Amino acid sequence: MKRKRFYFDYAATTPLDKKVFLKMKPYLEDNFGNPSNLYEAGRKANQAVGEATDKITKALNCAPDEFIFTSGATEADNLAIAGIARANKEFGNKIIISAVEHKGIMSVCDALKKEGFEIVKIPVNKFGLVDLKKLKKEINSKTILVSITYADSETGTIQPIAEIADIIKKFKEKKYSKPYTLVASGYPPYFHTDASQAAPYLDINVKKLGVDLMTLSAHKIYGPKGIGGLYIKKGIKIKPIIYGGGQQSLRSGTQNVPAIVGFGEVMALAQKNKKAEFKHVKQLRDKLGKGIFKTIPRIILNGHPKNRLPNFLNISVLDIEGEALLLYLDEKGIAVGTGSACNSESLEPSYVLAALGRPYEYIHGSIRFTLGKYTKDSDVNYVLKNLPEMVKKLRQISPLNLKIKNPQKISQPKAFVGGKTPHFLKKK
Amino acid sequence: MSKKSLTAKKKTPDVVNKFTGGNWVYTKEVKEHFFKPKNLLWENPDSAKFDAEGIVGSPACGDVMRVWLKIDPKKDRIIEFKWRTFGCASAIAATSMLSVMATEKGGMKIDKALKIKPKDIMKRLGGLPDRKIHCSVLGDKALRAAINDWFKKTGQYERIIVEGSRVIDPDTKVTEADIESAVIEGVKTIEGLQKRTKVGIGNPACLDEAEQLLRFYREKYFGKEVSLTN
Repeated sequence: MKRKRFYFDYAATTPLDKKVFLKMKPYLEDNFGNPSNLYEAGRKANQAVGEATDKITKALNCAPDEFIFTSGATEADNLAIAGIARANKEFGNKIIISAVEHKGIMSVCDALKKEGFEIVKIPVNKFGLVDLKKLKKEINSKTILVSITYADSETGTIQPIAEIADIIKKFKEKKYSKPYTLVASGYPPYFHTDASQAAPYLDINVKKLGVDLMTLSAHKIYGPKGIGGLYIKKGIKIKPIIYGGGQQSLRSGTQNVPAIVGFGEVMALAQKNKKAEFKHVKQLRDKLGKGIFKTIPRIILNGHPKNRLPNFLNISVLDIEGEALLLYLDEKGIAVGTGSACNSESLEPSYVLAALGRPYEYIHGSIRFTLGKYTKDSDVNYVLKNLPEMVKKLRQISPLNLKIKNPQKISQPKAFVGGKTPHFLKKK
Repeated sequence: MSKKSLTAKKKTPDVVNKFTGGNWVYTKEVKEHFFKPKNLLWENPDSAKFDAEGIVGSPACGDVMRVWLKIDPKKDRIIEFKWRTFGCASAIAATSMLSVMATEKGGMKIDKALKIKPKDIMKRLGGLPDRKIHCSVLGDKALRAAINDWFKKTGQYERIIVEGSRVIDPDTKVTEADIESAVIEGVKTIEGLQKRTKVGIGNPACLDEAEQLLRFYREKYFGKEVSLTN
């Protein structure tokens, strides 16, 4: 049975651009050489890797040797955090992250905690923006790394990266006072950002942003899965997390040549089409949002109302459970994401939405629509036609009728628990 | 890749059930009951139309089940079972299946209905993924709560079930017997116990006792050397 697909989960992954696939294909077939080898096949592969690197580093406005390919964003995040932490112990043990980081950051920080590092999570406000005052307060002489996502993967709220970079820069200037200010930039605290979600739509010029390290992922921008990378500013002390034959010096393992070729292609394409794609998805996303709020009562927007990625729409549908709605939508061929506990392996509702202060009733009913360059106006119309009916049916099945006069104002996680703590909080 | 192989790829289902190899996350029975819930209370709840009512769960924790019953006092059978459930697909399907079990073949005898266990519902649903088992544990409790309500209303106090054994968590109605059977099924930690039984959800005060019972039954069935620290 072949049915039409209405894909609204571009934040999870994107389809591979067919033009990009055609560029990759020769490196899966005839040009299969190992870039480390000196004979012709190896040289060809090596040249392809070099060309892809150039395309990526050009987009980032950095030197080619400031970029390392990894197996994806998770590895790049791990390398950034663990690599910096373990190489800079002499400078301190404090790592600062935000409460809305991706699991790729959260989990490696949990592991580093056991190695004796101090991990501080900066809270976010109800729109998901990092509290800069708290951040400023937390940066001290022991701090070796600050890692704040460019835009989180659940609400798409955009963090003020350049502003944070400036805070860190000012701290460094104070710490390494004259005549050392010139070399200060090469010393901790370093600033890392995960730009996996932001890359297709926002400025990723590392010089303008003022970041020391930046994570990228290919499969979020119509490239292949299994490839990503990390920008590392020259002169920064970092230790590998993968050891081997010394390919790419910091990251061993034979390069994934076809994927790297694809990554280079999509980065060049993304840069070229950024403005047009931004406009395209924003217009459709706004139409979808307006339509949903108009036709379905008791919906809540999660994330910043304006300052978020143009393709993100995360809403909570009161009284119903996200996984149930996801599966009803799936039955009509519509693919979305949810922050519901039932959809996660851990059975815990989204910690990102919890960090925004959303009560758990809201989080259980959260649905994330993320659009992309292949989203059509008719796809949005299709959702707007089908969603109200499904919500109506699931609300009929549900015994709940959460009575909230002004739901947008409620920002306490415990608002509905009657002062009691749910199981997923008890542990903490 | 040719056009043909791309189309072929599209046909591959996104989610494969590792338990049944089916095309959907759940079995076809779950799917049927999830998309076409049986005995759902469509109209606004009117308690006067029913003989008894029961509710378990908490919206903060993601599952609430509410059950309305009509009971034939002469035959001591359930003649109508209406319900509403807030929760995921397995929770909705489990309540729907339970309603069918309770009302099929002329209605279930009350004494039999009181003995329905989550695994009986799961069996009829053709199984649930392991991490979803907890979703089905509330249905039978909601049914028992409703039957108890009927016992109270009809003055049959001697029949009121104190949940097979002592109730540990008044919210989720988890009993000592539930904890014992969870231990027998291999639950080792308090987190594991919560995932399986939902004990202490929204009611953490009872967790200490639950943990003590967990330790007690672990020792009873698996010996003293068993560590609970993992």
